[in-house]
Amino acid sequence: MVAKMIEGWNLVIGIEIHAQVNSKSKLFSSSPTDFGSKPNSQVSLIDAAMPGMLPVINKFCIEQAVKSGIGLNAKINKKSIFDRKNYFYQDLPQGYQISQYKDPIVGEGFIEIETENGQKKIGVERLHLEQDAGKSLHDQDPNLTFVDLNRSGIALMEIVSKPDMSSPEEAVEYVRKVRSILRYLGTCDGNMEQGSLRADVNVSVNKPGNELGTRCEIKNLNSFKFIHAAIVYEAKRQIKLIEQGESVNQETRLFNTQSGETRSMRSKEDAHDYRYFPDPDLLPLTLDDDWIKGLQDTIPELPDQIKERFINEYSLSSYDANIIVSDKAISEYFEDVVKNRNPKLVTTWVTGELFSILNKKNLIIEDSPITAKQLGELVDNIENGKISNRQAKEVLEEMCESGKGALEIIDEKGLSQISDENEIESLVDNVLNSNPENVKKYKNGKDKLFGFFVGEAMKLSKGKANPKIVNDLIKKKLSQ
Amino acid sequence: MKDSYTLKSLAVLLENNKISSKELTSEYLKNIENGKELNCYNTISQEKALIDAEKSDKRRKSQNLRSKYDGIPIGIKDLFCTKGVTTTASSKILSNFVPNYESTVTQNCDDAGLISLGKLNCDEFAMGSTNKTSFFGSVKNPWKSVNSDIELVPGGSSGGSAAAVSADLCVASLGTDTGGSIRQPASFTGTVGLKPSYGRVSRWGIVAFASSLDQAGPITKTVEDAAILLDIISGHDEKDSTSSVNPKENYYENLNSDIKGMKIGIPKEFRSDKLPASTQKSWDECANLLKTNGAEIVEISLPHTMSALPTYYIIAPAEASSNLARYDGVRYGLRVKGNDLIDMYEKTRSEGFGDEVKRRILIGTYVLSSGYYDAYYIKAQKIRSLIKSDYVEAFKKVDAILTPSTPSTAFEIANEPSDPVQNYLNDIFTVPVNLAGLPGISIPYANDENNLPIGLQLITNSFEEQKLLNVAKNIEETINYSETPEKWWLK
Repeated sequence: MVAKMIEGWNLVIGIEIHAQVNSKSKLFSSSPTDFGSKPNSQVSLIDAAMPGMLPVINKFCIEQAVKSGIGLNAKINKKSIFDRKNYFYQDLPQGYQISQYKDPIVGEGFIEIETENGQKKIGVERLHLEQDAGKSLHDQDPNLTFVDLNRSGIALMEIVSKPDMSSPEEAVEYVRKVRSILRYLGTCDGNMEQGSLRADVNVSVNKPGNELGTRCEIKNLNSFKFIHAAIVYEAKRQIKLIEQGESVNQETRLFNTQSGETRSMRSKEDAHDYRYFPDPDLLPLTLDDDWIKGLQDTIPELPDQIKERFINEYSLSSYDANIIVSDKAISEYFEDVVKNRNPKLVTTWVTGELFSILNKKNLIIEDSPITAKQLGELVDNIENGKISNRQAKEVLEEMCESGKGALEIIDEKGLSQISDENEIESLVDNVLNSNPENVKKYKNGKDKLFGFFVGEAMKLSKGKANPKIVNDLIKKKLSQ
Repeated sequence: MKDSYTLKSLAVLLENNKISSKELTSEYLKNIENGKELNCYNTISQEKALIDAEKSDKRRKSQNLRSKYDGIPIGIKDLFCTKGVTTTASSKILSNFVPNYESTVTQNCDDAGLISLGKLNCDEFAMGSTNKTSFFGSVKNPWKSVNSDIELVPGGSSGGSAAAVSADLCVASLGTDTGGSIRQPASFTGTVGLKPSYGRVSRWGIVAFASSLDQAGPITKTVEDAAILLDIISGHDEKDSTSSVNPKENYYENLNSDIKGMKIGIPKEFRSDKLPASTQKSWDECANLLKTNGAEIVEISLPHTMSALPTYYIIAPAEASSNLARYDGVRYGLRVKGNDLIDMYEKTRSEGFGDEVKRRILIGTYVLSSGYYDAYYIKAQKIRSLIKSDYVEAFKKVDAILTPSTPSTAFEIANEPSDPVQNYLNDIFTVPVNLAGLPGISIPYANDENNLPIGLQLITNSFEEQKLLNVAKNIEETINYSETPEKWWLK
C-alpha cells in the first residue's frame, strides 16, 4: 500500500480523540444534548453565557470520564482542575472554553491493539473534560453567519495518545479500539458521522536513527477512512518536502475529504495564546477513593477480557474472537446466539453469512434484520439436521426479506430434511432393489457406482434426505 | 421622613399598621425623585415597586406574610440581574440589557417580601472606588465638608448603594464587594457595609467582576439591619459551585454585643504616617473603647499586607479580562456593526467599555499571557496564599481585627488623580480581606474635622459573621453614632 513511498522512513503518529460524553445533559448545565434538534432549542442561560451565570459540574459526566479512564487502564487523578481557555469566536459564548489544562481528571494509561506483528501497546497520555463550542452556520444567508448553540457546553473527553503509532493502520486500529472501549463502557456512543467521535492526528516522519521530524496536526477527522487517507497523504507530503531539501513547518492542517489532501490552516506562529488559568467559578474537583472504587465495580467486561473469555469458553480462534469483540453490539449478539449452541457453527454464521448480509445492505448490527433469537433458531435447525447448510443460506435470505422465522420458512417451503433412519432405509432399499445389475458391478469392484446410488436415493427423496445418513446406510447395505 | 427608619423599626411600624407598604414605598419614591441630583439610581422601578407594595399590603391583610420585613422597599446595586428590569452594570455595553432571570440574592429578598425601588448606580462593572467610572455619571456623596459646596465622591464601586442609604433614598441596599466596594463607600457615607465571607452569599445572577473575590452584602444604617439583611440574602446555593455548604446562623436573633474576654487585634502593618490624624484618633479611641468594654487589645502582625494591593491588581484584572469576554456584541447588549467579526468585536468593545474597564482588561490579558503568566499571575496566587496564612495565624491569637476602613475620608469628585494607582490606594485596607476570603464590616465611628464620616473596619475569621456583627454591635451601642448629612439637595 503506502509501503513503497514510505519505505526507509519512520512514521511517528500521535492522536487526540474528541469523544462526546454520553450524557443526557451538558457538562455545566442541565440542557439536553439530543442530536439534530432545532437550532438553539437546547440552550440554557449558562450555555448562552448570560451575565452572572455560573457553571455547575454535571456529576454524571465526571463519572463517565472516570469510567473511560478506568477502561483505558489509566490513572484517575483524585484532584483535577478546570481551566479557562480564552479566545474570541462567535460560537463560543463565554469567550472562553472550560477545559482542563495542567491537571486533567485522568492521567497516563494504555491500550493494546492488534497489528501485523501481533499485539502492540499504545500509551495514553491523558484524558480531560472540556466543553464543546456552538456551531457557526455560514450557509444560511449570503451576508450573515448564524450561530446554533445547541452543542455549546456539551461535554467532550479529549483523549491524548502518546506518539506510539508508526503506520496509518496502527492509527486506525488505535482509534477503533478506543472507540470500542468507550462504547462498551457506554461513555460515548462513538457515532463518527454525527461527530460524537473525531480525531486530530499528529504526524511526523524521520529516517531511522535520525532525530524526530517536525510534526503537523491534521484536525477533525471523522472516519477511519479519512484518518488513514490523511496520514498517508501527510506522510508523503512531508517526505517529499524533506527529499527536496525543504523543511516541514510545524502547523495545523485540514483534510479535504473530497481531494484527499491536507492544507495548511495555521502555522505555529499564528497559534492563539489561550491564556489558560484555573476557572475561579469552579472549585478543584476532588474524587475520593471509595467513590472511584464504586465506579470500578460498575465497569463491564471490556473487549480484551471478553476476547480471552471467548477463546477459553468457546474455543474461538484469536482471529474470530477479535472480529466479534471489536464492537459491543456484535459481541452481545454473538453471546445471545451462542448460548447452549455449537460455538463453531454460530461463529461461522455470525461472521460469515450474517455479516455478508449486513455488508450488502450497509447496516450495522444494531439494525440487523435478523435478531439473535432468529439466527439461533436457524442454527438449531442446522444442528439437528433438519436442513443442510446450503438450505440454511436460502432460509436466511428469505428470513431477511420476509421477516419470518426460520421454522416457518422451512415448513412453508417443505425444506425440512429427512433424517429419520427408517424412512431413509426404505428409500435406500428401494434404490438397491431397483438396480440389481449395478449392485453386482459395485460389489465386483466398480467403486464409482457408490455416488450413483447416493444420487438416486437423494433424487427419490426430492433432495430432502440427510445426505450423511444416506451415505452411511448405502455403505452399510452394500458391505453386507 | 424620619431619619430613624431602619429595617427593624419599619417592620414594627408595618406590623402595627402605622404605615402601609404602599405609603412607605411612595415616600421613598418621592425621596428618590427629590434626590435625583445625587444620581443614585440608574433605574427607578416606580410602577413595579408600587404594585409589589400593594401585593405586600394584601398579604399583610390576609396574614400571609413572607417575613417580618415583607413590604419594606430597598435599593439594589445595578450589578444584580433582575427579571424584567434593566441591568446595566453601569456600562454602555449593557445599557439595553433586560435579564429574563433573577439573581439568587434578589430572589431571596423577594422571597422575604422586600420590594425593589430600583437599580443603584455603581462604578462600571464594579471597577472603581469613586463611582466616577459609571457610564451614567458620578454619584454624589450626600455628605459635604462643613461650610463647603464642593461635591464629594461617595466611594465605590457600590457608591449608589451607600449614598442612597445615607440620603434616605432607601432604608437599606444591596452592594457587592470585590476589593472594598461595600466597605469603602459605607465608610465615605456614614453607613454600615458588610462584606460576607467568600461563599456565604450566592454569586449566581450577579454580573461577575472577579469571581474569586466578588461577594454581595448589605449596606444599612445599623449593625442590626446588616444582620437582618444578611439573614435574608445568605445561604447555600447549588447554582453557585463556590457557595459554602456551611449552615448559616440566625445572625439577627443571635446578635449579642457582649465582648468580654474577646481579643481584638490591631495589625501593626496597617499603621501609617500618611493616615489622617482624625482617622488614627478614631482607630485608637475605638481600641480603647473595646478594652473598656471588656476586650483585650493585642498588637498583631500581618506581614504580607503591603503586597496585597499589587496582588489584587493582578488577580482581579486577570479574572475580569476573562469574565468580560462574553460582552462581545453577539448575543445581547450593545453591538456596533463592523466589516467582519473581528471588526465588530473591536468596535463594540471599544465603544461599550469605559477607560477603567479597558485598562483592567488590558492588565488582565497581559498578566495571563504566555511568558508573563508565571511572573505575574502565579506569583500573585502564591502571595495570596501567604496573605491568607497571615490571617490564619492571626486568628489563632485574636477573635477580631480592627483597622480603619479607608486611608482617607471622602474626597472631591473633581479631584481626579492622574495616576490610577493613586485611586487604587483607596482599597489598601479592604483588599486583603477579599484576598483572604474573610468577612469584614465597615461601621461609622465619628466625623472628622470637616464633618465627614470616618469608618472603621472589623475583620473576623471565615464564616464568623456572627462574631463580626457582635463586636460591631458593641461599638455601635457604645458610641451611638447618629450623624446624618444635611439634605442640601432638597433646597
